[in-house]
Amino acid sequence: MPNNEFAKIHATQLEGQMMVDVLVIGSGGAGMVAALSAKEAGATVAILGKSYPTRSQTSMAQGGINAAIGEEDSIEQHIADTLKSSQGLASEAAVEKLCRDGVEAVRWLDSIGVPFSRTEEKKIAQRRLGGASAVRACYAQDYTGLKVLHSLYDTCVKEGITFYNEYFLLNLIRQTDEKGKVTVGGATALNIKTGEVEAFKAKTVIMATGGYSRIYQKHSTNATGSTGDGLAAAIRAGAKLSDMEFVQFHPTGLKNSSILISESARGAGGYLLNAKGERFTDELQPRDALSRAIAEEIEKSGEVFLDIRHLGEAFIDHELPQERKLAKLYENVDPVHELVPIKPVAHYTMGGIAVDADSQTAVSGLFAAGECANHNVHGANRLGGNSLLELIVFGRQAGENAAKTAAAIEAVIEDPEQLKKDQNFVQGVKYFTNQIDFYEKRYFIGNIFYNNAGIKRNDMGLKAVLGAIRQIQKELPFMGPKDKSKSYNTNLVEFIEFGNMVELAEIMVVGAISRNESRGAHYREDIPDRNDTVYGAHTISWREDGVLCVDFLNKF
Amino acid sequence: MKIEIKRYIDEGEVHEERLGYEVDLEGATLLEMLTEIKTKQDATLSFASGCRSSVCGSCAMRVNGKEVLACAYKPQEGDVVEPLKNMPVIRDLVVDMQKALDFTKVAKAWAGESDAAVALSEEDAAVNELQSDCILCGSCYSACPVYEVNGEFIGPFALTRSWRYVSDKRESDVAGKIEAVQTNGIWDCTLCGECVPVCPQGIAPKSDIDMLRNKSGILGYMDPKFVGGFGGGLDFGAPSF
Ligand SMILES: Cc1cc2nc3c(=O)[nH]c(=O)nc-3n(C[C@H](O)[C@H](O)[C@H](O)COP(=O)(O)OP(=O)(O)OC[C@H]3O[C@@H](n4cnc5c(N)ncnc54)[C@H](O)[C@@H]3O)c2cc1C
Ligand code: SF4
Ligand code: SF4
Ligand code: FES
Repeated sequence: MPNNEFAKIHATQLEGQMMVDVLVIGSGGAGMVAALSAKEAGATVAILGKSYPTRSQTSMAQGGINAAIGEEDSIEQHIADTLKSSQGLASEAAVEKLCRDGVEAVRWLDSIGVPFSRTEEKKIAQRRLGGASAVRACYAQDYTGLKVLHSLYDTCVKEGITFYNEYFLLNLIRQTDEKGKVTVGGATALNIKTGEVEAFKAKTVIMATGGYSRIYQKHSTNATGSTGDGLAAAIRAGAKLSDMEFVQFHPTGLKNSSILISESARGAGGYLLNAKGERFTDELQPRDALSRAIAEEIEKSGEVFLDIRHLGEAFIDHELPQERKLAKLYENVDPVHELVPIKPVAHYTMGGIAVDADSQTAVSGLFAAGECANHNVHGANRLGGNSLLELIVFGRQAGENAAKTAAAIEAVIEDPEQLKKDQNFVQGVKYFTNQIDFYEKRYFIGNIFYNNAGIKRNDMGLKAVLGAIRQIQKELPFMGPKDKSKSYNTNLVEFIEFGNMVELAEIMVVGAISRNESRGAHYREDIPDRNDTVYGAHTISWREDGVLCVDFLNKF
Repeated sequence: MKIEIKRYIDEGEVHEERLGYEVDLEGATLLEMLTEIKTKQDATLSFASGCRSSVCGSCAMRVNGKEVLACAYKPQEGDVVEPLKNMPVIRDLVVDMQKALDFTKVAKAWAGESDAAVALSEEDAAVNELQSDCILCGSCYSACPVYEVNGEFIGPFALTRSWRYVSDKRESDVAGKIEAVQTNGIWDCTLCGECVPVCPQGIAPKSDIDMLRNKSGILGYMDPKFVGGFGGGLDFGAPSF
């Protein structure tokens, strides 16, 4: 049985023998694609994830995955739309790769069994998403992400890829070779089930841990695990992060739960109404502009609603069944008869671990892919349907290159220091005094981020957030898990996630304070104009001797 | 509102008890209540969650003996919440799914060498649309009574997944997949239907198993219990017949 196999590989690994060439961290769409392609390139591979693979956020994507396979569409148009949406912050070469390889990416997904919806002509069905000049998003009913993720999982099982489920990444292991060169040598992780900290040695590592929108807590569509752990570990290990202040807000999250109500409701003719029951904006403008319009209206009149009553029960049940179900379940309103209270919520993080044209980070041997990475394809504003595509195209690239790099490395140096440090941390953190409740602070950060570092920002508000975050950093030793037990301690896991979010929160806010302009998702009401001369550049953040540094890297 | 939660922890010695919690949240889902308990009352309560919107399969558990998704269930006064059955409990409401998931490997539930020349029509795609809606929540596995007698039963979701690929027109290794579900598979199911009403996605593993049986029949396989009836030397009196 596979279980014994896992145990065996693991045992030899703990004895200090090199067992995997490529270690993938994060078992969502990007991680599984990377693992499959590294394996295909001849490497031995393992994937480590804090949950089970099929529980990753990728399961939540509904809309679709872009590829210019339609007759009315072209790769050039896809490139042009993506560049336009990025507002000058994307790399043309990277966007070209994304769109060109996209066609083959969708064919490949089809070949591994993704049950795409079909047209009468037996072609993969496509729909039009916001910002696209053609019908471009391939979809599988309402469940595109779910079906892509599960097909990837089944393929990984077929290929015998080793999964370490319920392992929480703590830190990357860095090592110095005889020539003094620093490279990555694996990672440490908390075995959530046993409570032990273990080391995973590898010649190269691929980070694929997803985005960081959960910093906005209740005001985000994201899965509970999108806490940015991989980005935080990467910057601690010497990698650079880029464009961290760019967070895309989705105009129509449910007011209380922030669960996403798909754009299709507005596409089908749904209106937005203010508290007085009046329409106040064009419902079909781009996500960033519409989110601002809604936020302003909420400030003014108190509430905004989505109204689809006029579409009628029959139409709603046929065309928008998911939306009706979600509104009933999570907002206690039936959209056939009632207005649905909505608000814009944090949805996608454009920023991420900075990578070069080979998906390599600033740390030798460390690669990154998926929402945690910044391949410079979304810039200041992501186009719907481009994220799932990015997972496939760049996940594959990261896998191939990590395998190639690993092939040239003979051995990993024995360096148990990081393991000891992290074991001590996990032991010690339980003895942090519990004077301050971190759940309360987590909630607090979500709220100040939503209000001051969200859809609209200004210098004063951002500086207030920075002050609060720095205070919380000082208070961390007075927080900690209340649960002192070893096995499956989710209170401990959530505390470490909280620490990672605090680390990233500072970087996001410093980026937002430094970027004195408005561009895409980053809207400064005190400086509403775009300034290409100074800020037509990526915000780069890194740490030097523990001190956070931020700079703008002019063009690529 | 008061709900009771079955707690379990193994820290050298096993603790098992039912604890009551008082929560006041209007119209909340069970998952929202559990989160409220964890963050405000009792940080040691353990459960799994992810999407909060019924699509990731993390939060399946049992309420008053029936499988539900916590993020889709609205609690009632006095509800008793427990972990899924047929899987080892790791702690509180968290179970170890690994063995259950490994059965998809036994069933070879993946796309074989799929034939790129076969273009699917709308109808072809609709054939396994429902089966591919499975979110791997494990509810059906928890509800299945066969595990009381056979821990190696491939089980409802793995068999649904098998049918999902067997019924795909592009699949070129139907025979191999059918062979893979003969032992501890389709014939061990009693067709009791317990797995059907608990599925949050409206999938009926029982029907998929029936379809796999039909397909097996066409390929010349027989119910081993039925074969066993003859194996005793034409003993027509055998009750297994
Ligand atoms: C509601 C919703 C709808 C969306 N719709 C679309 C759409 O229609 N089209 C589109 O293109 N995009 C869409 N997106 C965006 C897209 O789904 C995500 O950007 C994408 O799925 C991210 O994939 P990923 O593999 O990078 O990360 P994820 O799927 O988030 O996976 C991250 C993995 O890393 C693991 N992990 C995280 N931290 C750790 C740690 N510390 N240790 C170990 N493992 C860890 C997680 O367990 C998980 O397995 C949508 C997003 C949401 C929330
Ligand atoms: S029908 Fe078969 S698989 Fe479903 S619960 Fe009954 S025995 Fe188990
Ligand atoms: S078939 Fe239904 S109940 Fe069973 S795992 Fe899949 S979604 Fe859950
Ligand atoms: S949290 Fe994802 S199904 Fe309930």
